[in-house]
Parts: sequence; structure tokens; C-alpha cells
Amino acid sequence: MLEKQGADYALSDPVSGAPAGTAPKAEIAEIKPNSGVRGLIAAALVQFHLSDPDPAQRRAALEALAREGGAEHLAPLAAAIEGESDPAIKAQKERLLGLLTIRFGATPAERVTAIEGFGADMALDFRGALNPILATARAAFDGAPAGNVAQELRPGQRGFTAEEAYALLVAQGLAPKRLTRADLRAVLEAYVENGAVGGVPLAALDDPAKRDAAYTALEAAGLVPAAATDDEVANTVAAHRYAEIYAEPDAAVTTAAAAALQSVSLKVDAMQGIDLGLDALSLASIYFLAAIGLAITFGVMGVINMAHGEFITMGAYTGYVVQLWIHDYTASILVALPLAFAVTFTAGVAMERLVIRHLYKRPLETLLATFGISIALQQLFKNIFGTQARPLTAPDWLDGAWVLNDIVGISYIRIAIFVLALIFLGLYLFVMKRTRLGLEVRAVTQNPSMAASMGINPDRINMLAFGLGSGIAGIAGVAIGLFAKVTSELGSDYIVQSFMTVVVGGVGNIWGTLAGATLVGFLQKGIEALNPSNTLAAQTYMILFIIIFIQFRPRGIIALKGRAAGD
Amino acid sequence: MKPGFLAKNPSVLAFLALLALFTLAVTLLSTAYGAEIVSTSMVKTLGKTLCLCLIAIAMDLVWGYTGILSLGHFAFFGLGGYMIGMWLMVARTREIVLASAAGVLPMTLQELSDAIATQIFGVVGSSELPAIWHFAGSLPMQLIFVVLVPGLLAFLFGWLAFRSRVTGVYLSILTQAMTLALSLYLFQNDSGLRGNNGLSGLQNIPGLAADQDHLSVWFLWASAVALGLGYLLASFVTSGKFGSVMRGIRDDEARVRFLGYSVESYKLFVFTLTAVIAAIAGALYYPQAGIINPAEMAPIASIYLAVWVAIGGRGRLYGAVMGAAFVSLVSTWFTGGRAPDLTLGIYTVKWVDWWQVLLGLSFVLVTLFAPKGLSGLVDLLAGLRTPWRGGTPLGPDDGSLREEEAVE
Repeated sequence: MLEKQGADYALSDPVSGAPAGTAPKAEIAEIKPNSGVRGLIAAALVQFHLSDPDPAQRRAALEALAREGGAEHLAPLAAAIEGESDPAIKAQKERLLGLLTIRFGATPAERVTAIEGFGADMALDFRGALNPILATARAAFDGAPAGNVAQELRPGQRGFTAEEAYALLVAQGLAPKRLTRADLRAVLEAYVENGAVGGVPLAALDDPAKRDAAYTALEAAGLVPAAATDDEVANTVAAHRYAEIYAEPDAAVTTAAAAALQSVSLKVDAMQGIDLGLDALSLASIYFLAAIGLAITFGVMGVINMAHGEFITMGAYTGYVVQLWIHDYTASILVALPLAFAVTFTAGVAMERLVIRHLYKRPLETLLATFGISIALQQLFKNIFGTQARPLTAPDWLDGAWVLNDIVGISYIRIAIFVLALIFLGLYLFVMKRTRLGLEVRAVTQNPSMAASMGINPDRINMLAFGLGSGIAGIAGVAIGLFAKVTSELGSDYIVQSFMTVVVGGVGNIWGTLAGATLVGFLQKGIEALNPSNTLAAQTYMILFIIIFIQFRPRGIIALKGRAAGD
Repeated sequence: MKPGFLAKNPSVLAFLALLALFTLAVTLLSTAYGAEIVSTSMVKTLGKTLCLCLIAIAMDLVWGYTGILSLGHFAFFGLGGYMIGMWLMVARTREIVLASAAGVLPMTLQELSDAIATQIFGVVGSSELPAIWHFAGSLPMQLIFVVLVPGLLAFLFGWLAFRSRVTGVYLSILTQAMTLALSLYLFQNDSGLRGNNGLSGLQNIPGLAADQDHLSVWFLWASAVALGLGYLLASFVTSGKFGSVMRGIRDDEARVRFLGYSVESYKLFVFTLTAVIAAIAGALYYPQAGIINPAEMAPIASIYLAVWVAIGGRGRLYGAVMGAAFVSLVSTWFTGGRAPDLTLGIYTVKWVDWWQVLLGLSFVLVTLFAPKGLSGLVDLLAGLRTPWRGGTPLGPDDGSLREEEAVE
């Protein structure tokens, strides 16, 4: 301990308080503890914090313990439970005591009881405490396996080849190393004499059998150590036994831990299934949002709009421009949604009037003309907004996620998109089934000439329907822009999937689109779950599945029947 | 007497003559064989353009004549390129490995193939040749694969699609999906074809000591021969009875089926044949381009192919060739930064930025106002005109009588 005394510092022993002389300032250096030392100090202090009057301090202490608790903390923690007044912190302390007991408990019985006390709790910390107990290592034995054996291995069984067995023997020093091809080459090169090795000419040494012969000749001459032959390797491997050994020596503890983990993992799997389902549902609602506009233009009007993706992009950029002017994110989103609808509605109507109207009888050429518009628009976006991603920021209340437990969680943006998809489903149904416009659209879809005879103007209806489809694409663009990067390629990333959704679902039916989006979304997430490292492969397999699916239901899940089905 | 092949296809002679003339002119102006006016890179561009013309003919057969708007033919083009690229890479890497071999011992086959694999697959963190490279060391096998792999894929896909009677825009979307699936698959590093790195260094032909100046002219010749043969084959296919059935399928599939023709088999044959033509074009294209990667096979490339054919004029072989040559050369010119900027008072139009916009819009205009495309100009020169049927139609259908016709 230091105390300033004139120009010097008075020293005293920190434990007893006895003075230890003085030292000039120059001789005193401040020790900067490194992070390891700081951690140790903090862990030592924790036991005092556990009973600190400030609840925040107690919580911080518990968190520190959860990270780096040890056997020495068991007693202070147990002692601190009694006097705890806050029930939440008390529960936390008891839980932590249980976790620490599992890892550091004095007797196996105590630890087994602690493990069983948790039941099928599936929190990460409990699994984190169990996993190190169940850690295993492979080992080879001359006789019967010793230690806490998890399972005995036989060379050649699944996941344990004879090669691995021999490598294990080599690592434990029970067998000599095998001669690798590179080693063989190095050894032979070291013994080249008169253009030959061990009597075999150099030119012949591109044959592995000749190389072995040369080495054997060198062996016979006593120049090189004997290398294990294949037979010797097989015999050595067969002469040993192999097992996976728990790092934890006590069998009772490992059995209890394995049983607990088994029952937990069932529940965890179920929860992961639910989480996957939620993910898939949110992906499905994104596809549904992107595809619902297509369902109107492609499904109802039979017009294939390759520029649909660019309308989505247009909506997203509208959101970005609005945020340049309105800095309050909530207000800007509320303004952007109707504005995006208005902008893309206008663009859609303009496109229908100028181009598509002239091509109703040539559907393949609509595809090409709209593709021309698509590449022109895409480049136009690049020229105006640049190639880098533009921000479209979600309001604060959409940040974060709704967390159910350690496994199941879903971000608020995705919930909002799901809700938006539901709203649009309702809106579409309302417009189509309950309004005059919907009635006329359905009439024109079924038979334009007859509808025209009944006093409906098909031109006007087509224009409005196309505008509606494009407008919804714009709103989908704002929604997608909230979580994806807003670039000029935003829409084209979704366009093929959107077409898939409509085609798989069945053209001309909103329920079909819904079913298609659900199928595509769940399929993609399902395949991703089987092979999480490779989302590209997941997309590949999904498209392959859809191609095959079309074989069996060429008209989609929900096919129109009767005359409306067309050709 | 039946009219002869050339009588039925008057364009063939003119086309072949023009092609020969063009090739001869480029050769005589090239760096390797003549006046050094046309640079080697320009020769390569022209050679590549000839390959694009060949795939445009394939596209015209399948779309312009049979009415199947396939958005997947660039996938076959790319596959053909990959097949020949595998051989080029392995053979060239073998040369490099042998030349740089250290140590006094000759290499075993195993060591050689390990060294080649490490060289080729080091970029994707692997050192083993995947199984699909098993035959990559053999030129004849890879040449067979150029035809076989895309052909089989097209056959399988076409068989599945046509037998379930997927037609029209559905088929277009399905072919687009196939292309997307293929390019996404190839983008993976563990697909065995070097992921997004693609295959590179293809411009060097192993075993030939020639420099790029000569090689580029040779490839130009090869491309010209392939294009000429392709044109002959396409004219032959489209001129006979087979051609009539193809056009019948395009105009009214159901009627052709009711006449007793197996529409599916015809479509399948055309689809597979054109896929093979596309693959051969690709196998000639990529050694000139020098590099191939999965981005080349993205669905957008196939749509551009349709754009070329549409701008050139569908249903005519020379139209497809004109479209492909014109659009791809103009596109190279504009995007190469050589086009002068256009100053419009306050704004300067940089063509590198605005070319796509121009292309897109002109494409819309061609579709709307000139369905015959560039080959309509040939009609104009020959004095051919579609008859003027004045007035608005009296009925809702395409063939309905029009006002002025009804008056007569």
C-alpha cells in the first residue's frame, strides 16, 4: 500500500498494515496488469460483490461468475443465496450454483443431483455445462481399454478407419510412422548413385512399384530404417483395441450428463424445428409480397412482366429518397409506403399504356419488351443512385427481435413483413371479391370480348390491374429494402423466385400464390437446414425440385379449371 | 422436278460467300498474316462474334422456327466452354508442372496428377482432382463431352418439360430456372469446377508453339468454318418437310398434333440439336476469351441472346446472324469506352453508362414497331412489303376482317 509522504511514498504491508519503509517516487512503477491478471482479480472480488447492497452489482457479479466461475466460488455463492432479497436474483444465484456444482461439485453424487435438478432445461448455459463433461478423446490400448469408456471402436467401422487407427497408434508411440510418398521420394533422392537407386535406374522410378523395390534394396543394404509394410500395419492395427474415453473420470456423472443431454436434445430439436418454421414463414411472406404483384399481372392478365423486379427496386429507392428528406424513421416509412405505391403505380400504368397494350396477343414478345425495359431501368438506377448500396433504415421500434428462449427468436422486421403480407392478402381478396373493380377484373380475365359486350372497358381494367400489381411491387420494395441492401439489383435477386412462386402456386389464383410462396419458402429453409454451410446448393436443389414438381403439376398447386384456364 | 437445296435456300450461297470474304479480309489485314491493320485483340473479338452468331442461329432454330423461347441456351454454351476448358487447363498445367519439376527422380503418375490438382484447385483450397476431371487429360474424351454433356442435359430437361406439355412463357421461366440452378451450382467452390474463379488461361493451347497473333487467326478460321457448317445444317433442317413441321408447331401446336405429328419428339430433337450447336459455339468461344466463369451462364446472358435474335429478326437464319453480330459489336464499341461522349448542353452522355439504357429502349422499340428486326431491311432492299390491310379490325381475333377490306 502506498501513501504520499512529502516527496516520497510511505510503504505498508497490504495484509497486516505494518509499515515497510519509504521509497522515492522514481523507484515506484505502476504495474499494469494484463487481461489475465485482471480477470483473476475480478473473479476474486466477485464473492464480495455477490452480497453487495446494489442489485446491479450483484447481477454483474453473477454474470462474471457465469463466465469464469470455479470450484472456489461454490461456497461463497451458496452462502450468498440465503440473504438474497430480490427473488429474480435469488433464482439466478440458485441456477448458477447448480451449474457450478455440475462442473466443480465435490462428490459425484452431488454433481449427479445437480444435473438431475435441471430436468430438460434447454438453456445454452446448461448445455454448456454438460458438454465439457461429455467431451471424449480417442485412445489406443494394448489390452482392455482403461478409464471412463464412452464406447469401444473397431477399426473399419463407420467414422473410424484403419488408417485413423494406425495414425492413433503412431501418435501414442505404439507404432512406427509409415513412409509417405513424399518421404520415400526424399529418401530415394538422397541415395542416388551412378544414375540408379538401389540398383534401379532413375528413369524407371516413375513407377511406384519400382520405387518400393528400390527402397527395399536400400533396406537390405542397411542404409535406411525398415518401413512398415501394409501387412505389418494391418497386424499392428489388429493387435490393439481402441476406445473413446471421457475426459471426466467418473462414470456416474457422465451417465447422468448423457441422459440429461439426451432428453434436452429432443426438446432442443423440437425448438429448432419451430425456429426453422418461423424463418421459413418469414421467407415465405417475403416471396409472397414480391410475388403478389406478379400474381395480378402474370396470373390475372397473362402478361409476363420481366420489369417487375425493377418495380420492387423502384419502391426501395423511393423509400431511400423519402428518408433523405424526412429524418424521422417512423414518419418516413409511413410516407414512403403510399408514395412507393403511387410511384410504381404510375410507372406501371405508363408501361401498360406505352408498351404492353400493343402486345397482348404476343405474350412471348411482352416478355422480351419488358426485359428491355428492365435492363434500361436497372442501368438508369445505376446512373442515378450509383452502384453502392443505399441505406433504408428501419425505425427503432422495428429493431431487435422477439426472443422466446435461447433457440427460438425472430426479428421484428420479419414479423412486420409477415403482417404486411397478411394485410395484402386481405386487401387483394377484398378488392377482387367485394368491389366493382374486382368484379370487372375477373370478368375481363375470363373473357375480354364478352366483358366488353357487357359495357366493361377492358383497356381501362387492364391498365388499372397492371398499375395495382406494380404498386404492390413498390410497397414490397420498401419492405424488402428494410432488411436487404438497396442496390439496383435488389429486384432481380427476387424475380426468378417470384416467378417460381407464381408458377408453382398456379396462375390466376391468390391462394395458389400463397401456397406457392409457402412451399418455396419452407423448401428453401428446409434444404438450407440440411446443409447449412451452403446456401447456393440449397437454391440449386430447390430449383431442381421445382422443375421436377412442374412435371407432376404443370398448372401449379391450385390449377384453374374450365374455360378460364385458357389454351 | 423438286427444287434443289440451294434453290430453296437462296441465302446460303450469299452467306457463305460473305463469310469467306470476311475471313479472307481479316486474315489479310491481321498481324500474323498480312498488313497488320487489324490488331490481335480485334481478331479475337471478331472470332468471338462469329461464335456468338453460331449460337444465335441455334437460338433462331429453337425460337424463331419452333417457337420455344428458351432462356437457357447460354447455359449449354457455357457448358461446352467448361468441357474444353477442363482439357486446356489440365494439359497446360501438366506442361508447367513438368517444366518446373524439381528433384532427380522422374514423377510418378500419382505425383503428376497431385501436382496438377494442387495447381488448379489451390484457389479453392483443395488439392484433389474431382471425379468429373477424370478424363480431363484426354482431348478426344473432352471433345466428346463438349457434345455429350450439354446434349444429354438438354435431352433430359427437354424430355421432362415437353412431355408434361409445358409451353409458352411457362417453358421460358422453367428454362430460366434451369440456367439459374446451373450457374448457382457452378458458383460453389466444391462444385469441382473452381467455383466463381472459373477456368482461366484458356487462350494458351498446349502443345502448340504458336503465338497469340497466329492462334487468334486460326481460331477465327475455325469459328468461321463452324459458323458456315452451322448455317448449312440449319438451312437443311429448316428447308425440308421437317422445317414445315417446325414452323407449324410455332404457329399452332395443337393443329400439328392433330395432324398426327409427334410434336414432343420434334421439339425435343430441335431443343437438343440446338443445345449441341450452342455447346460447340461455346467450345470455340472460350479459348478465344481466355476465361470462363459461372457469371457467363447467368440467366441474363440467355435473355441477351434472345435480344440479339429479336433485333436481327426471327425466323430467318441470316437475321439471327445479323442481330448477333450487330448488337455484340456495337455493344463492344459502346462499352469499350471508344464511343465519343454526347454533349447535350448541361449534361454529357457517357456511353459506358447509358448504352444499356439505349439497348433496352431500342429493344422495346424493335419489338413494338419492327417485329422483323434488322432483316426487315433486306426485305426493304428486295422491295418486299407486307400487304396493307387498312382500318381497325372488325372482330376480336387476329385474322378478322378489317374495315377497309370489308368495303371492297
